[in-house]
Amino acid sequence: MSKGRFGKHGGQFVPEILMNAIIELEDAYNKYKNDLDFVAELDTLMKEYAGRPSLLYYAEKMTKDLGGAKIYLKREDLNHTGSHKLNNVLGQVLLAKKMGKTRVIAETGAGQHGVATATAAALMGMECEIFMGKEDTERQALNVFRMKLLGAKVHEVISGTKTLKDAVNETFREWTSRIEDTHYVLGSVMGPHPFPTMVRDFQSVISKEIKSQIMEKEGRLPDVVMACVGGGSNAIGAFYEFIPHKEVKLIGCEAAGLGADTDKTAATITVGKDGIFHGMHSYFCQDQYGQIAPVYSISAGLDYPGVGPEHANLYDIGRAEYVAITDEEAVSAFEYLSKTEGIIPAIESSHAVAYALKLAPTMDKDKIMVINLSGRGDKDVAAIARYRGVNLYE
Amino acid sequence: MSKITDAFKNGKAFIPFITAGDPSLDVTEQLILEMDKSGADIIEVGIPFSDPVAEGIVIQEADLRALSAGTTTDKIFNMLKNIKDKVNCALAIMTYINPIYAYGSEKFLSNCNECGVSAVIVPDIPFEEKEVLKPACDKYGVEFVSFVAPTSHDRIKMIAKGAHGFVYCVSSLGVTGVREEIRTDISEMIDLVKSVKDIPCAIGFGISTPEQAQEMARYADGIIVGSAIVKICAKYGKDCVPHVAEYVKSMKDAISSM
Repeated sequence: MSKGRFGKHGGQFVPEILMNAIIELEDAYNKYKNDLDFVAELDTLMKEYAGRPSLLYYAEKMTKDLGGAKIYLKREDLNHTGSHKLNNVLGQVLLAKKMGKTRVIAETGAGQHGVATATAAALMGMECEIFMGKEDTERQALNVFRMKLLGAKVHEVISGTKTLKDAVNETFREWTSRIEDTHYVLGSVMGPHPFPTMVRDFQSVISKEIKSQIMEKEGRLPDVVMACVGGGSNAIGAFYEFIPHKEVKLIGCEAAGLGADTDKTAATITVGKDGIFHGMHSYFCQDQYGQIAPVYSISAGLDYPGVGPEHANLYDIGRAEYVAITDEEAVSAFEYLSKTEGIIPAIESSHAVAYALKLAPTMDKDKIMVINLSGRGDKDVAAIARYRGVNLYE
Repeated sequence: MSKITDAFKNGKAFIPFITAGDPSLDVTEQLILEMDKSGADIIEVGIPFSDPVAEGIVIQEADLRALSAGTTTDKIFNMLKNIKDKVNCALAIMTYINPIYAYGSEKFLSNCNECGVSAVIVPDIPFEEKEVLKPACDKYGVEFVSFVAPTSHDRIKMIAKGAHGFVYCVSSLGVTGVREEIRTDISEMIDLVKSVKDIPCAIGFGISTPEQAQEMARYADGIIVGSAIVKICAKYGKDCVPHVAEYVKSMKDAISSM
């Protein structure tokens, strides 16, 4: 009966009021994903509007400096709007339009998904409302203004911990009150089926491209593919095509915040427990009574107490490995990549760069590592300055 | 006959909801006893959850107050165990799946059984996912309450066929909370349920006044009121008991003769 399972994870744990909406969405997705016109239209948007394929860049200076594995960066930061988020959003907003919806709503953490949704809504002539935790509107003020500039209405969420989790709660609540004309553009591989599968499919363009690009450059598959994991959409996008290739090691980098052994952390797979929340069975940071924990990370995009169900399953079956990276390590990596390669990565993506700094030197020079650089770091400059004690406000 | 079925035999049923532990479990205990005496037919005891996605702001805030006061699932069960023999009406627990899952479904439902809880109401388990809880409910003789909503349409017959205890009919779109007006075609929803199964239907979401309750009771077998009561608890705090009792009596009086 239950749909959208990854091992024991996934499912559709939403109030009855939303069931027909997600069933309609699933039917529409199944219809259009194989519809030649839809596929062609999306493909054109990806090429002409988003700027795909994104580059696979050989980070030569970084490789030489670390003295180990050959490092490639998958440049999702070069996408229009500055992150991988647009891949999923273009797919979902186009689908929503085909379904006859005229309004899209979305949650956002760092603001990247909100900006991408507002962008696609502007492009396709849809009404757009974004829900963002008050704490995040403060630490990502520039993105709030970008969304408004793009014509979206931004709702400041003041319930709970006032971060991403609460923005998701509020967007679900909004959806239950207005379903007929509205599609919820969920931003990650989470929530009830069909979202984890559909978002993964839209993001899997990343690993499809990595695969053909690395075959062209190196004539073989990489030894390691790594990416940061909050909900996990850029990571699953970077992993997906490699899942059947067991020789490719897949590593997800979670946000440890002040440390996975402290209560100021968002490293869900590292410290979370089995649970059912936000529509899915997966791992969640929670207390012994199942109350969702107030998580913490310097990165608003990774500051989430759950993880997508497919990641939970990849962890269970040992196909992917998940490591925890602290704020300090991520900030150092942010600075390192800026100075070494002249690329300022998003603080989210910096978590993956940070683990590369540890792992690459331990690997032989003939090994190949691909880091998914999910977004660019312009939005984080002020926050990093503040972290380093420079009183800079946008 | 279960206690839930009996609850619908005394005229139209009035089903008040309170958040356990708001403002304290001592007050919750008094509220249950007094609402019982004031005419409640089933009392819904809410186990607070950090992220109640089906709730409006009134119950969200009550949940946070209860959790901040140190309320836990264990303490709630202990309180219920203490008053078990003093309560005449049926008791139901309303909460989200994660607190139940984290506690252990078996242990949770076995505790329900020991505490005289006749039903569980879990808004984030739709029909398709009920296997996560239904087997343990059956094992411990606790009814698993099904929901139907204004968006359910062709799902209503399927849901009604598998329903037990009573069917929770959601009056309108959105989350819980007081509403000025309810426009949904309630009678159509209830007729569809009854065409498949002879089971009581109770309506919730948005009802606050005796007039609204009377209007809804023309179609339904029971009326569920949450936010309006939780608002009284929020307003009067530890002194809320007589105010809530009076409200429950006025609501039951409004519908009992129908």
